[in-house]
Amino acid sequence: MSVRLVQPAVAVPALNEYAAAGAPVGALEAAALALRRDLKLAFRKPAQLVQPLAFFALVTMLFPLAISPELAQLRQVAPGALWAAALLASLLAFEFLFRDDALDGTLEQYVLSGQSLTALLFAKTLAHWLLTGVPLACMTPFAALSLGAPTSALPGISAAVVLGSITLSLIGSIGAGITLGIKRSSALLSLLTLPLSLPVLIFGARATQLAIAGGALVAPLELLAALAVLGVTLAPLAAAAAVRISLE
Amino acid sequence: MPESSLEVDNLHLWRGEQHVLRGVGFALGAGQCLKVTGANGAGKTSLLRTLAGLMYPEEGEVRWGGRNVRRDLRAFQGALAYLGHEPPLKADLTARENLHYWIGSRRRLSAATLTQSLARVGAEAFAERMVRTLSAGQRRRVALAGLALCLVPLWLLDEPATNLDADGQTLVGSLIAEQLARGGLAVAAVHHELPAAVGAVQRLELTA
Repeated sequence: MSVRLVQPAVAVPALNEYAAAGAPVGALEAAALALRRDLKLAFRKPAQLVQPLAFFALVTMLFPLAISPELAQLRQVAPGALWAAALLASLLAFEFLFRDDALDGTLEQYVLSGQSLTALLFAKTLAHWLLTGVPLACMTPFAALSLGAPTSALPGISAAVVLGSITLSLIGSIGAGITLGIKRSSALLSLLTLPLSLPVLIFGARATQLAIAGGALVAPLELLAALAVLGVTLAPLAAAAAVRISLE
Repeated sequence: MPESSLEVDNLHLWRGEQHVLRGVGFALGAGQCLKVTGANGAGKTSLLRTLAGLMYPEEGEVRWGGRNVRRDLRAFQGALAYLGHEPPLKADLTARENLHYWIGSRRRLSAATLTQSLARVGAEAFAERMVRTLSAGQRRRVALAGLALCLVPLWLLDEPATNLDADGQTLVGSLIAEQLARGGLAVAAVHHELPAAVGAVQRLELTA
């Protein structure tokens, strides 16, 4: 490869022209770019996407085999089985949230971009939710049916998983940020995030239980929504602080 | 003080029991380059990362335009470009896509500017190839294109000519010279001499 050492094709700006050299982008625009980049990368490496979903499907399919194919019996364990499987599947995906970006220096460049790290990490977490939480919510009705849930319960169960998975992704972003600089951090990541995820597990399982029983599930759904709002408000700040510390 | 000045005062950095930076200090003005040398483990990378605000020194101060950078770290970080050992590129994106997403988070880029920058570093032939298929030297050239596109006053370069052939090293020299000519500053940690094109530089030797 030969190098052509030519004069720069564009005029070299003087120091006071730096600001005018290219319109700086705002935090929202930078975050949107980070989101698009993560989505593009994910579709070029589909194996990482499929892994948590396959895990979720396998675990929920094991219950009818392990317990009993009796629908009444399966219906009783369905809420716990669905949410435990969803939680464990999410844990698998947390590991990939920031790891590659830390290894290849992308996170450092995010810190040095002059943009809000909180906004950039929120965009990454949003991408993570779109790639794991949403597919999980799409798979849940099928898993619920295999566990004997009536079709009338499926909208309620899906709504609970959508809301719960938002919070799980946000909790995962904090854990992934804290464990960024630690090798073989999967176990520590689980230890950190599982206790924080318990409210989601409890309210999610309760909503699923009520949906299967045909009861009013507004209260647990509202609690799941409240947790999601709390997560959206606080988790990106905590994740940004954790990433800054881990990068040091 | 003019805005384009970097002053470092009595920096002390500890990593566990190791006293990595021991009272490092220097001042750099517009159009000046500092060459940082030292044996492996002397703290060259730590110094650059501390200057960039990625590491927190136990003692000392970094001032940009006469102001402590910690007062508005984000603004200072927006005014610098840091190129570490490894080019910050995604293996599963093309060279062009990488620059689009990397530099696009700082400033708006037209496709033509991107193309010009890739051509400038001799990377136009592999601009559409996935980075995973590029050699280490080719990846370094793409990273240099990104560095030039940042158009920021302060460059912090860690072994910028690593993996580059003779032409590539000359390219690094001319890029730094252009940065200095437009009134920018550069701090480069290197094991060997900087390319002659850079011209006169200040020197700082770190000892382990």
